Amino acid sequence: MHSLRFTLCVGALFLGTSALDAQQSTDSTARAAAPARAPGAYMNVSFVGLTSAGTSTARDLDRLQVGDHDPRVRGFTVPNAELALDGAVDPYFKGFINIVHKLDAAGETGVELEEMYVLSTALPNNLQLKVGQFFTEFGRHNPQHPHSWAFADAPLVLGRLLGPEALRSQGARVSWLLPTPIFAEATFAVLNSAGGTAAPFRSEESSLIHGGTPIERGVEDAKDLLYVPRLSTSFDPTSTQTIVIGASGAFGPNNSGPDASTRVLGADLYWKWKSPTAHQGFPFIAFQSEVLTRRYEAATRFWEDDGITVLPASTLNDVGGYAQVQWGIKPMLVAALRAESLQRDDNAPVGITGPDREDRARFSTNLTWFPSEYSKFRVQYNYDHRNALGNDSSIWFQLEFLLGAHAAHKF
Amino acid sequence: MRIKTLVALATAAAVLIAAAPGAPAARPLNVVATTPDLAALARAIGGDAVDVKALAKPTEDPHFVDAKPSHILTLNRADMLIDGGAELEMGWLPALLESARNTKLAAGAPGRVNASEGIHLLEVPTSFDRSRGDVHALGNPHFMLDPVNVRTVAKNIADHLAKVDAPRAAQYQSNLAAFLAQLDAKLPQWQSALAPYAGARIVTYHRDFVYLAERFKLAVIETLEPKPGIAPSPSHLAEVITAMKAQHARVIVVQPFQNRRTAETVARQTQGIVTDISQQPGAMPGTDTYFTLMDNIVGKLAKALSEAK
Repeated sequence: MHSLRFTLCVGALFLGTSALDAQQSTDSTARAAAPARAPGAYMNVSFVGLTSAGTSTARDLDRLQVGDHDPRVRGFTVPNAELALDGAVDPYFKGFINIVHKLDAAGETGVELEEMYVLSTALPNNLQLKVGQFFTEFGRHNPQHPHSWAFADAPLVLGRLLGPEALRSQGARVSWLLPTPIFAEATFAVLNSAGGTAAPFRSEESSLIHGGTPIERGVEDAKDLLYVPRLSTSFDPTSTQTIVIGASGAFGPNNSGPDASTRVLGADLYWKWKSPTAHQGFPFIAFQSEVLTRRYEAATRFWEDDGITVLPASTLNDVGGYAQVQWGIKPMLVAALRAESLQRDDNAPVGITGPDREDRARFSTNLTWFPSEYSKFRVQYNYDHRNALGNDSSIWFQLEFLLGAHAAHKF
Repeated sequence: MRIKTLVALATAAAVLIAAAPGAPAARPLNVVATTPDLAALARAIGGDAVDVKALAKPTEDPHFVDAKPSHILTLNRADMLIDGGAELEMGWLPALLESARNTKLAAGAPGRVNASEGIHLLEVPTSFDRSRGDVHALGNPHFMLDPVNVRTVAKNIADHLAKVDAPRAAQYQSNLAAFLAQLDAKLPQWQSALAPYAGARIVTYHRDFVYLAERFKLAVIETLEPKPGIAPSPSHLAEVITAMKAQHARVIVVQPFQNRRTAETVARQTQGIVTDISQQPGAMPGTDTYFTLMDNIVGKLAKALSEAK
């Protein structure tokens, strides 16, 4: 990564006494040496802008598209404009900040502190600590920012089971790199369980799940916090292939009642092949799949619609998943396919659970072209089937650009 | 009975320990290099005292290596990391180091070798403007094809090895002296092999041969990429063809990961000679060391330039 401000440091080099050394010293004194970073350049700054355009046969785009950064507007919109700052705090921590601007369906700008955390760099015993607000390491897609997504929209299963803004909250996470022959990492996060970024837990909008009126529920003891463990492992079957397998859980309270709780479990698989003579990372083929199941223990509660009718305690189960393939055809051109499914898996009567739990499926395909590392065009077609509402087709176009520091890409 | 058994086992263990030859030799240092060329230098200087791994494959584009978890594990268990230090690896190394949590490899630590330290980098931009392509802010990072730069890198590696593994410092200095002696002997040979072609004009895919060209007095007149990191366009290739014809340049150099068909298209219209050269040891047969790599590169260039005359 590099920062925006540099200064020139002029110097000559003299490294020895041989013929080669003499040759070098002559060269060195004749030319300026490499630039050094300016004393003020302690921080990397970058900006990612994403604009979308498109249309759909569906009229209820806010329900069709479940992710907060998904294109949800006929015509043009800006679903993500992200300012990212990062750098070393001191010898012990790195700091990361992401501030996101986005336009809603009415064109109003919203600003949110998406992430703000420090990451330890010097803990012993292969431990690492993260403290602040951050995307929780649950599965593969949840921790990713929109510019890393393979599609214009987030997988349905994550939007519904973890929430439209993904699972991210304030807290601490410890990670341990296990002393095993192959890569294995265990992470455990303890987080606040309130708010829209912890939607299946103590969210003010939890009636979308259980149909009742949420109660006021604060943090009284440890069981009112959210716990997110994850175990992942990875190995290379050949020098050109890599497999990553993970299992995640999220356990916390929900606000349908004073003692109600939610459990989300997930499994993920990622496989990638990359050519041994890859140019700019191409060609490649990558397969990714996640399956999630959510058990929402809804307490006895008042029906939100009238505030009088008592809804019985019930267990609301949802299950879903997606599988996607990306084909990096040649440098800077990627085609992708995705299939998704979401299902209710309980006997709660229709009408007393939330409105957004209908069975549905989606098939998507897209083509992405990167004019350079710093910009991309994408066109995507979605075919949606919703049991209660029928079928819809949507087409979305995206243009994204990056300014500033070149971020390193995680696998 | 049980006590007797334990006593017998303990006695056997004691005998085995006593019979073992002297103190065990110190384990080899785990040295990780980002690219195979840096790894080749580490092997030459570290000898049998080091176990060296390269993260990038010799045949792949070193700008775009996947930050895969196996690399995290490799870095987690490393005693030393050698990286280019000129942003060649900026798209993947920081993510790996962040997850590797190995303080021995922190910037400034004895176990971290910045190979570009002391190197005079070429093409340092005076302003930062990506409309000119993906220009590296610190300068052109492909400095390892200049043997004079390699001399500096080798010394740098030897110094760090001596700091990290002081008991074997003399061994590293001895290996360094042998390496530099061979380099001193080889450079004049390489220079004389290419001397007949001084001033010859060549074309490359990317700006990755400028250090070699400068050292051996060749001129890179065009690249197939219009700008660093930008794919060749028909209009730019037409300009390249015009320039090659006007300046009598016929040799087009491509690396294994670069698009040879683009080079062949240009060659067809310029009577050009497409020359396959890798900057990385191991990508071509018989190029496992820095010296065999440079022999291969110089030999191929001399042959192509001779045919192009």
